[in-house]
Amino acid sequence: MLLQLLLHLLIVLLFPPLLLGVITRTKALFAGRKGPPLLQPYYDLHRLWQKGFVISRTTTWVFRAGPIVGLIVPLLAALLIPFGAIPAPFSFNGDLILFVYLFALARFFTASSALDTGSSFEGMGAAREVTFACLVEPTLLFALIVLVRLSGGFSLNDLLGKHLVTSWQSAGASLLLLVIALFVVLLVENCRIPFDDPNTHLELTMIHEVMVLDHSGPAFAMILYGASLKLLVLGALLVRLILPWDSGNPGVDAVVFMAGMLFIAVAIGVVESVMARLQMVRIPQLLIGTTMISIFALVLVLR
Amino acid sequence: MMIELGNLILLLVVLINFYTLGTSRLVACIRAVAIQGGLLALLPLVAHGLSLHTLILSFWALLIKAILIPTLLTRTIREVRIRREMEPLIGFIPTLALGALVTSGAFIFANYLPLIAEHRGSLFIPTALATFFSGFLLLMTRRKAITQVVGYLILENGIFIFGILLSEAMPLMVEAGVLLDMMVGIFVMGIVINQINREFSTVNTERLSALKE
Repeated sequence: MLLQLLLHLLIVLLFPPLLLGVITRTKALFAGRKGPPLLQPYYDLHRLWQKGFVISRTTTWVFRAGPIVGLIVPLLAALLIPFGAIPAPFSFNGDLILFVYLFALARFFTASSALDTGSSFEGMGAAREVTFACLVEPTLLFALIVLVRLSGGFSLNDLLGKHLVTSWQSAGASLLLLVIALFVVLLVENCRIPFDDPNTHLELTMIHEVMVLDHSGPAFAMILYGASLKLLVLGALLVRLILPWDSGNPGVDAVVFMAGMLFIAVAIGVVESVMARLQMVRIPQLLIGTTMISIFALVLVLR
Repeated sequence: MMIELGNLILLLVVLINFYTLGTSRLVACIRAVAIQGGLLALLPLVAHGLSLHTLILSFWALLIKAILIPTLLTRTIREVRIRREMEPLIGFIPTLALGALVTSGAFIFANYLPLIAEHRGSLFIPTALATFFSGFLLLMTRRKAITQVVGYLILENGIFIFGILLSEAMPLMVEAGVLLDMMVGIFVMGIVINQINREFSTVNTERLSALKE
């Protein structure tokens, strides 16, 4: 039990930046480059942490609160979600609602701190982010409702618990739809191509990156780390759906989970390499499409 | 195993329905219908096992639905030089929502039908209904004649899925006749679209109802 808790915390604290490194490396390999070392995100975080803050005189405490909330919220969410077969440290009935809305809280603060700078570009980015977020939320909720229906429990530990193995046999079709829908959610929430480009340097096309333009030094490190944590947390949902088996040995479970996460990171890298960014007007269409898919999955389960 | 494979194929068919309802690119639309045709061609084999009857049926379905008709349609849009469905009667997102509504409706409705026991749990009938209605929706909401042809094709695919359930009872000639009919229909439509384009320099069907000196 204690060992599982320890493993859970270790994965939360140390593992996430590696995922970013894997994504970057995959993209580099696709482009025929060698790419930065896999541990580059850790070096980046270290470098950023040693720099000083540069804070505009026009900003208020909201600007400083943004990155902190952006780091703490994914940490809290990470404590609610089981990593593969390792159960979550905190679990209570209805924590799936908290899980979904923790992200809304983080988004609220990131958007507010972007608006707080008074820059028009950041306002634009905030508007876009919020628009897309309210289209993603129903997808995530419907996906969780499907899992509630299948498991009969109301906590994330039950939703992603042992029932999954039998559910794949009885309701494989709708679980497959969920995997598709959740992968899209993962891409949108983590600002990945085809929805948003994390590497773009053109303000007009940026969504998430433009909101954090004015953050520097440790604040930016917190944002980066928070973003990688978010990738881990949402990816954990997907990994558990794809690999529903328990081995009984916590160490093996942890390794299986991390291998699953790395696989998802590679998948994201592949998607980013082979797809172009979508037009802004197409994004809501696609997001509503995925909402439809998750509703459809619910109908399949309910009938 | 076979039932699961069949369900997977049917699920992909439904997803392709959604895709055609949501996309504005005609080439992508036609390609999606071609893939749908290819998937449908697998269904007789999956549903009834390997036999001469199902083999012939699959072969013709593959040839006509997945290869011939899409090629014809692609050639037509190359000749009339249109790429996109610009302004549908109802927007893309509302049609997508309607499509999801209709699909959900079909899945719920199929539960209340007095089916024989072996078809009760399978996805065949709800998918057939959903595909049928999606095609109908596409037929109603789009302006370009070519998208309407695609809608007609999807509608026919829905009927085909129904037909597969009966294919043990239905003689091969009837099925071949249906496929051939559709083939001729699409051929004629291709010619008609070309004619419309030559006459009005557009393929918007709404122009056809306007009087001309």
